[in-house]
Amino acid sequence: MASTNTVPEVTAEDLRRSLSRVDPARKRTDVIMRVVVYIAFALAMAPLISLVWSVLVRGVGRLDTYFLLNSMRNVFGGMDAGGAYHAIVGTLVITGWAALISVPIGLMVAIYLVEYGTGRLAKAVTFLVDVMTGIPSIVAGLFAFALFYLLIGPQKAGIIGSVALALLMTPVVIRSSEEMLRLVPNELREASYALGVPKWLTTIKVVLRTAVAGLTTGVMLAIARVIGETAPLIITVGMTNSINNDVFRENMMTLPVYVWQQFGLGLVPCREGATDCIATINFDRAWAAALTLILIVMLLNLVARGVSRWFAPKVRG
Amino acid sequence: MTTSVSAPAALASAKRRTGRGLDRGFRYLAVGSGVLIVAVLASVAVFLLIRAWPALRAGESISSEVGWIPAGSSVLSVIGPLVFGTVLAAIVALVIAVPVAVGIALFISHYAPRRIANALGYMVDLLAAIPSVVYGLWGVMVLAPMLHPIFQWMVKWLGWIPLFAGDSAGNASNPPRVLMTAALVLAVMILPIITAVCREVFLTTPPLHEEAALALGATRWEMIRMAVLPYGRSGIISAAMLGLGRALGETMAVLMVLSPGLAYSFKLLVASQQQTIAANIAAKFNDATEMGVSALIATGLALFVITMAVNMVARGIVARRKDFSGAN
Amino acid sequence: MSQRIETKDLNIYYGSFRAVADVTMSIEPRSVTALIGPSGCGKSTFLRTLNRMHEVIPGGRVEGTVAIDGVDLYGPDVDPVAVRRQVGMVFQRPNPFPTMSIAENVLAGVRLNNRRISKSDAADLVERSLRGANLWKEVKDRLDRPGSGLSGGQQQRLCIARAIAVEPQVLLMDEPCSALDPISTLAIEDLIADLKSRYTIIIVTHNMQQAARVSDRTGFFNLEEAGEPGRLVEIDDTSTIFSAPREQATEDYISGRFG
Repeated sequence: MASTNTVPEVTAEDLRRSLSRVDPARKRTDVIMRVVVYIAFALAMAPLISLVWSVLVRGVGRLDTYFLLNSMRNVFGGMDAGGAYHAIVGTLVITGWAALISVPIGLMVAIYLVEYGTGRLAKAVTFLVDVMTGIPSIVAGLFAFALFYLLIGPQKAGIIGSVALALLMTPVVIRSSEEMLRLVPNELREASYALGVPKWLTTIKVVLRTAVAGLTTGVMLAIARVIGETAPLIITVGMTNSINNDVFRENMMTLPVYVWQQFGLGLVPCREGATDCIATINFDRAWAAALTLILIVMLLNLVARGVSRWFAPKVRG
Repeated sequence: MTTSVSAPAALASAKRRTGRGLDRGFRYLAVGSGVLIVAVLASVAVFLLIRAWPALRAGESISSEVGWIPAGSSVLSVIGPLVFGTVLAAIVALVIAVPVAVGIALFISHYAPRRIANALGYMVDLLAAIPSVVYGLWGVMVLAPMLHPIFQWMVKWLGWIPLFAGDSAGNASNPPRVLMTAALVLAVMILPIITAVCREVFLTTPPLHEEAALALGATRWEMIRMAVLPYGRSGIISAAMLGLGRALGETMAVLMVLSPGLAYSFKLLVASQQQTIAANIAAKFNDATEMGVSALIATGLALFVITMAVNMVARGIVARRKDFSGAN
Repeated sequence: MSQRIETKDLNIYYGSFRAVADVTMSIEPRSVTALIGPSGCGKSTFLRTLNRMHEVIPGGRVEGTVAIDGVDLYGPDVDPVAVRRQVGMVFQRPNPFPTMSIAENVLAGVRLNNRRISKSDAADLVERSLRGANLWKEVKDRLDRPGSGLSGGQQQRLCIARAIAVEPQVLLMDEPCSALDPISTLAIEDLIADLKSRYTIIIVTHNMQQAARVSDRTGFFNLEEAGEPGRLVEIDDTSTIFSAPREQATEDYISGRFG
């Protein structure tokens, strides 16, 4: 083989020099890009820290048991009163119903995709679940409205909001459940079949039970995801100042909508020297409710991750 | 199959028969749920179309019935500026968010020490969970007041760029309830999701390729450019599309921040120029007449179609990426 | 000419774990040195310290000196990036950049230092490097196709072409044939024999026949037991190692009594 490669003669001095220095332009680019990446990080963290900090500082003043346990009934003007109890109840009830609708459906669809699904239908379902993930929340609200318009006419009720939230929640439940079910090793299923256990029982007693921690985590994260939804609830559930536990009748208040409503009320025009009037009361309530909402979401997230960490079955060994 | 009919065998076969019935029932339930998903999505489109139909058919006469539609306009002619505003806000948000998100993702995957990186990744995930109404509240009450001097400066020095032009008096609007503020809040909102996807992709860069670059004498940045970014390019694109889908459909941030208008205007720093579909629906829905609701649903249908298209493109890219990495 | 490599009291760590202890060896220029030994004995780890790739792994650090012609690679004013230009490396699994064409892969390292290489120079260099790696005839008609479309053996030779394109002094090979079929292995071994007239080559291998076939000198690494650091047992002319090693452990390993 002819030596076409020419390796230049190198003295020790050359070598020393070449080892100690990279092209300064390259070095500079490397340093500049490092700084840029660090700045990007700082740039992104600044608003996020500012957000968490403002909610904390501005919300914590009004967040007390009174705020959590009283509604806005008969509260007006700049009164130093009123709370978010009705909104918290509404959020929990509506989200609860949404979970009640979407978890069984989502779980069954996931079971279908993992245990039964083959062919065109499974492909179509997978694709449509992806599409559903991208439905804007306001469109989900419009859909629920349009659906119930057909059934009961133009009315507002908690359950309509629940259906809207369920539409947003279902694809999330399907995705996470599917992932969890696929983690269950096939050997477990085969072991169960070998014992003569029918497929449906195997699915329930072996597959679901093995994956239960992951499924719980997925469901809780899905709930955390929709519990802060505002837009669909504005158009389907509306708002009220009183407590309403009945999802099938009348407007309900929810925590996110409460934040928006209180913000929208704006500054209160107080008489000069009035001691029973707080000009910023509506904003204060909005921040306190925002803090409450964030705390609920964070709690759900932490518990969800805790569940998956502590109760995860040791099957992957 | 045994044909002997001893008592235990009969019992077993009877049991098996009921078992088989349950088995079939369970299968139907599972398949039925799959079909339900298909039906639900179809019905979303159908129901929206049914309710939008009166407004679509009404033509220009609708402007006398629905207050926010300018005189002499039909629903279709107001969908135009609404789509314009929606897309403009989302794209500005995306232009701001994507480079920053790629930067954060690189920081987490390739610059920060590993222990810190895990904590940061977890934090970014948590930030994705903050409700949009909280972002809106923060945007209008904390961020906007800080932005006005900056916007004023931009109008003064960059006003020759149409995007940053001032109002007739040559000023940025104050309070800055303008599209730029809304887009900034949107950018902050979609940062976590874009970052999360990019980070996942960057972390799965095969170490083999990273080492190949380093062994050729690449600096860290050159290694990223040679191995990490090319490998993650389609991942970045699909993350951006995902973020775009979010930004297009986001309601609260825009509703709370933006002072609306219905113009085809590129002025990002002037109030009352543009409005997005989602915010318009939330703002107008509760006071709307029956025809008004119909008109709003028609705009919602347009939003549905746009976000579906964006998401499908994103999924397509992800799917292509799978083929691509499978070949390797 | 290529340079002599000398290591002195080299200790290699992963975090607080000492993986390789007290390696002192001298490697002749323009020769092939094979490193053999059982799995986990630290021969690959040692190899990666010769171009400062070891420190890429989080927690990886090195004590002692590695000198090329008297210049300590771990000296205070030495830049690891520059070291890796002088000491090229070929990995166990072929790793051409999947998003680059064959030609771009060959030029990848060169482009780092010389952004504005002219088209004809680039074409020359691609041809020269691919010829040097015995790959030119097979790929000359598809230089703009992705490198990942080649067979495993071709990919590995592409990686060798990429490594020699930057004209290093030393070429490190970390089990370059372990992922390849016998025919591709033979092609690589022939290539190594060609390359040693111009480069100092150090090759880690699990395959003792391969070590015997391609190398001039062979070093044997061993570890006394799991958890203990690996050590260089002995290094000598390949013929000596395989016929009359000084150490019992070497003889045991070579005759297949363990490992």
